[in-house]
Amino acid sequence: MGVEMRIDKKTALNLLRNSDLLELGKTADGIRKDLHPDGIVTFIVDRNINYTNVCINKCRFCAFYRDPDSPEAYILKEEQLFEKIRETIHQGGTQILIQGGLHPALDLSFYTEMLKSIKKRFDINVHGFSPPEISYIAGKSGLTLRETLLILKDAGLDSIPGGGAEILSDRVRAVLSPKKIRSSEWLEVMEEAHGVGIKSTATMMFGSIEGEEDIVEHLDAIRTLQDRTGGFTAFIPWSFQPGNTEIAKQEPEVRSQKSDKNPQPATRNPQLITATAVDYLRILSLSRLYLDNIRNIQASWVTQGLKMAQAALRFGANDFGSTMIEENVVKAAGVSYRVTREDIINSIRQTGFRPAQRDTHYNIIKYF
Amino acid sequence: MIETIEQKIIAGERITFEEAVALFQDDDIHTLGKLATSVAEKKNGNRAYFIQNRHINPTNICVNRCRFCAFSRSKGEKGAFELSIDEISRKMELSPEGLREVHIVGGLHPDRAFGYYLSLLRMIKKHFPHIHIKAFTAVEVDYFSRISNLGLRDTLLSLKDSGLDAMTGGGAEIFAGNIRERLCPEKITGERWLEVHKTAHLCGIKTNATMLYGHFESYGDRIDHLVRLRKLQDLTGGFQAFIPLSYHPKNTDMGGRYPSGIDDLKTIAISRLVLDNFPHIKAYWVMLGEKLSQVALLFGADDIDGTVIEEKITHAAGAMTGEGLTKEQMINLIRKAGKIPVERDAFYKAVTVYGCRNENR
Repeated sequence: MGVEMRIDKKTALNLLRNSDLLELGKTADGIRKDLHPDGIVTFIVDRNINYTNVCINKCRFCAFYRDPDSPEAYILKEEQLFEKIRETIHQGGTQILIQGGLHPALDLSFYTEMLKSIKKRFDINVHGFSPPEISYIAGKSGLTLRETLLILKDAGLDSIPGGGAEILSDRVRAVLSPKKIRSSEWLEVMEEAHGVGIKSTATMMFGSIEGEEDIVEHLDAIRTLQDRTGGFTAFIPWSFQPGNTEIAKQEPEVRSQKSDKNPQPATRNPQLITATAVDYLRILSLSRLYLDNIRNIQASWVTQGLKMAQAALRFGANDFGSTMIEENVVKAAGVSYRVTREDIINSIRQTGFRPAQRDTHYNIIKYF
Repeated sequence: MIETIEQKIIAGERITFEEAVALFQDDDIHTLGKLATSVAEKKNGNRAYFIQNRHINPTNICVNRCRFCAFSRSKGEKGAFELSIDEISRKMELSPEGLREVHIVGGLHPDRAFGYYLSLLRMIKKHFPHIHIKAFTAVEVDYFSRISNLGLRDTLLSLKDSGLDAMTGGGAEIFAGNIRERLCPEKITGERWLEVHKTAHLCGIKTNATMLYGHFESYGDRIDHLVRLRKLQDLTGGFQAFIPLSYHPKNTDMGGRYPSGIDDLKTIAISRLVLDNFPHIKAYWVMLGEKLSQVALLFGADDIDGTVIEEKITHAAGAMTGEGLTKEQMINLIRKAGKIPVERDAFYKAVTVYGCRNENR
């Protein structure tokens, strides 16, 4: 398989279904090496800040959201937000990832005020608001996506995280996240964002109820958009974590909606439906092969653990993602690998790569 | 060099110490994995084994103070425990129906007489006759021989008479003397460990072998360990499985780091290639994590151990896994790795062969 030759959907599907994982991994590793010949693996020091957990979407794979009247519902106070940013900068952080639920009581001014208040006080990259949030904000304020994005950019938004993509297949979204924006709208937000000069990442959450075709469709949608805009800095595949989620509790019903070609036994054990490590490496490798126009692929230590993330560096990944000074959403689903910046630096070094801290745009700030 | 080694392995020739060290230094993990898989497939086809087993640790009180151990306690120390035979019997009664094997290892208790261990074996055989007993490390057996004054052979024969079916592979750590002194100064030497296993094999007792890696040993020390095992296996054929044990640093005197996931996979693969006379290589999920042990099935391992139920030793040192896995979880891990799940007994006899549904993901 030539590195220069772009693979089509049919080939991708065949690789996903029938390839030898070690062959696929070796090809992905070769592509990674060609793209990043200096043997450097990067990471970013940042913090996830969730300004609210109130969300009207109530996605069935999510363990983080609360209703507005829940005793656990919150909106982060300004002082708490600033304190978190101060701590982040103190720890060498260059970015905050700001995401939250779709809170019905918050309007555009809440977001612009938040952005302005941050930018007034801190020199930090604000990586914020995934497409469902942008779309929600736009809809509530009666503005176009482009207008909304320009206003947010003007207020201080630097880049957009790739969350909320889940699987860009409306068949899957209808089951998993019926209230969340459709695939086309996710892509539209990203296209508009790239159009106004806001870079973003792209994610894919697999291992729930999608089929292989859905994964390939997702990769293809991302590649096609990237051909037009070039605005994606990185791709981040990660696997669904079923703990404490609606979907894991109601599994048998959901399962019956899966393709009948491979019916699986209904079971209440959440471990069983998650993607396994072999699935993860296969999808990661395939992503590296398919997304020939995206420079960076992140390993997901948050969902896979450090040892698997190390293995991922030889199956197509070249970036260790974020140190995540704070992470709340995956933790709510019962997964919590506690990891320090030192752990990340050592993990990269142990696998024979040179660790380097980067900024949002993959410029290297510091070598280790 | 890997090409020469590749040719030798494909031709079924034995690789040398130097070649094995070169494999550790080589960067091409994908080719290494494929080579190891080809050997594993020659021996076990596309099968991967698991067992419904449970662990029982009769005590954590131990006269040794191995520096990598977070499990042991002194008598009277906080957290020290010792189970009576009745308590163990009750644990056994609570085990699930399909249980095939009990794995028993414990500390070197300062006061317990050899008779306790024989009574324990007899109790299990009497009340749970269908369950295989895989018990005791060479370190414990050596200790029994000293507290009983019976000598090694008679100690082993008494254990066998009382119901011991197979011995565990623990206590091997790293054979190389200079490393072993730093790891576990009070523990029996590597030579003695090998002697205990040789004697067990000659008494008709099958055993496993382990290696604790990822602390201060060199690649050379690892290969030295493997080569010594290979030599004994040539002589006796009594080893069933080799189990590389990935070092866990938490709560130990030694501290340090977890070995990398890449190192874990390489160690599995190279073990498969060096130990050409061992029928099985086990990726022990408790230590590797279920994710990496599944990937290890593509790097030469053909066994991921068992349901375990209650794991204490690795968890004391910061294992990030649960204490047990269900049978269904094990079948799923194996299937999704593209292998045929085979539930086995303590002697690798197939109990149930599960269909290999090619789910592809």
